[in-house]
Amino acid sequence: MTIRRFLLATPLYIILTALGLLFLVPLLWPILASFNPVATLALEIPAHPSLDNFVTIISNGTVTQPFTNSLILGVSTMLLTIVLSGLAAYPLSRYQFRLKRLLMYGILFASALPVLALITPLYAMYTTLNLQDTLQGCILFFVASALPFSIWLMKNFLDTVPFELEEAAAIDGASTFRALWHVVLPLAAPGIAVVGVWSFLGAWTNFFVPLIILQSQNLLPASVTIYSFFGAYGQINYGQLAAFAMLYALPAVALYTLVSRFFVKGISGGLKG
Amino acid sequence: MQLKAQVDGVKPVSMRTSRRQRRLRTGLLFMLPALLVTFIFMLGPAIWSLYISLTNMSLTGVGAATPEWVGFQNFQMIFRDGEFLNALRVSLTYLVFSALIGQALLGLLLALLMRKRNPVFKSILGGIVVVAWVIPDVVAGFLWSSFLAGGPQSVLSPGLLNVIMSTLTMPQHAWLQEYPMTMIIIANIWRGTAFSMLLYASGLEAIPNDLLEAAAIDGASPWVRLRSIILPLLKGTIATDLLLITLSTLSDFTLVYVLTGGSNLQTELMTIYQYRQAFQFYQIGYGSAIALLIIVVGAILSMLYIRILRIEL
Repeated sequence: MTIRRFLLATPLYIILTALGLLFLVPLLWPILASFNPVATLALEIPAHPSLDNFVTIISNGTVTQPFTNSLILGVSTMLLTIVLSGLAAYPLSRYQFRLKRLLMYGILFASALPVLALITPLYAMYTTLNLQDTLQGCILFFVASALPFSIWLMKNFLDTVPFELEEAAAIDGASTFRALWHVVLPLAAPGIAVVGVWSFLGAWTNFFVPLIILQSQNLLPASVTIYSFFGAYGQINYGQLAAFAMLYALPAVALYTLVSRFFVKGISGGLKG
Repeated sequence: MQLKAQVDGVKPVSMRTSRRQRRLRTGLLFMLPALLVTFIFMLGPAIWSLYISLTNMSLTGVGAATPEWVGFQNFQMIFRDGEFLNALRVSLTYLVFSALIGQALLGLLLALLMRKRNPVFKSILGGIVVVAWVIPDVVAGFLWSSFLAGGPQSVLSPGLLNVIMSTLTMPQHAWLQEYPMTMIIIANIWRGTAFSMLLYASGLEAIPNDLLEAAAIDGASPWVRLRSIILPLLKGTIATDLLLITLSTLSDFTLVYVLTGGSNLQTELMTIYQYRQAFQFYQIGYGSAIALLIIVVGAILSMLYIRILRIEL
């Protein structure tokens, strides 16, 4: 039995390892190049691996402005999305009212729309509203496009926090606010974390929206700067570009790892309604 | 007034009613900011696009100073515009091969094969696949253009794929110029498979192990178990996955734009065509009409998706 299982499992491991290698291969170059001060487009093990590329782009200020802008976009989007979706999800989870069903369907419908395609009319609208070429303009659009799905997720997470707990706290004399703060919030923390990370990354990684809405050099986030670096083919320092890309991708990977446990559960649970 | 209309089954007991009303008022107040932001910044551009798609608004020329009402001219133009039809075809090809076939099948395969494997192995493999999915779009585009760089006439040093090709004594290619469509499809499969894999893995977890073991004892081959137990039970997950990846692929822009520079007709997605019309040829009205069409396709699919899944609220 053990031998049979072993014989059955080995080819599977070989197939899976091969697939894993295919996924790994495109990731190799930037990792190696970022530690190689004399990197080219070719893949090579650095002869003298060092952190020079990282040190250079951090100390000469290449990183500062774009990363600050990306951080402003990401953090503002995250905070606004958490607060607005949390507030909106609470009554949807706790109260019964006539338009609730319709509203939930509307939210679900909106969350599936390919909103990013709306960028051209958004630009036209922003020129009229004077929001064009501002970080606020980007943030508001990020928040609006993140809200439907965030409300949906947040409501489903809140549904898992029993209402009786709040009532018990109220009977014990806690005000509504205290009950929310001390009872509901800690229990809804995974939901808040998922919504926060999801909306932060949406803004942090977005390229299309800032590419069109922003023109001023000093407002451009990392996604756009890295693209214009890359556009200057040939004359660039590949090692530094790779280091820049690594620094830029790092928060995405780290934050996702942090909430991955709840993430899929939130999404698939959220979709089952 | 609005509040009153929403009070459900008003009871004659005044104490209860006032408590309910107070709650509803708080509830509405809580929801208001989120609804406002969504209405203005999501429905706003949608409605705006409806308006400007009926004008000849542009960033330069006649349509810049005083946009004129042109009725459905933009839409009539779209359906006679060879380049739009080309973009539609490109978008659909990209959708079918990279998302519906590539990501969904590979995701399902990975999720199935990874069941009951060694946990350490599983987390390393899963981790690699997921990294491809969580890194920013621009970085993914950058990785792939360095991976595919070079070629026989290129002045740039060859990327890894061409190095591998020459090691195997096979001819080098300028991959992105010679096979642009195949390359963006492969790159998008690489990028998006993790999402399908995670969704299917969580769907598979819900299938009781006893069921599969019992079938195995009864002599059902792995293929039969897959076809008559696993796939029927995964139906909901599969529908969810297909629709979600369809909708996200429809609004894809960055990966393909970064890889191809956005000016290759063979890989010009509808989103890229919209961008070029609006921001390279300054035809904002026409670009908005295209945006509206993409949204309408998305809206139809989205409704379909809610129907198919028969989501219970």
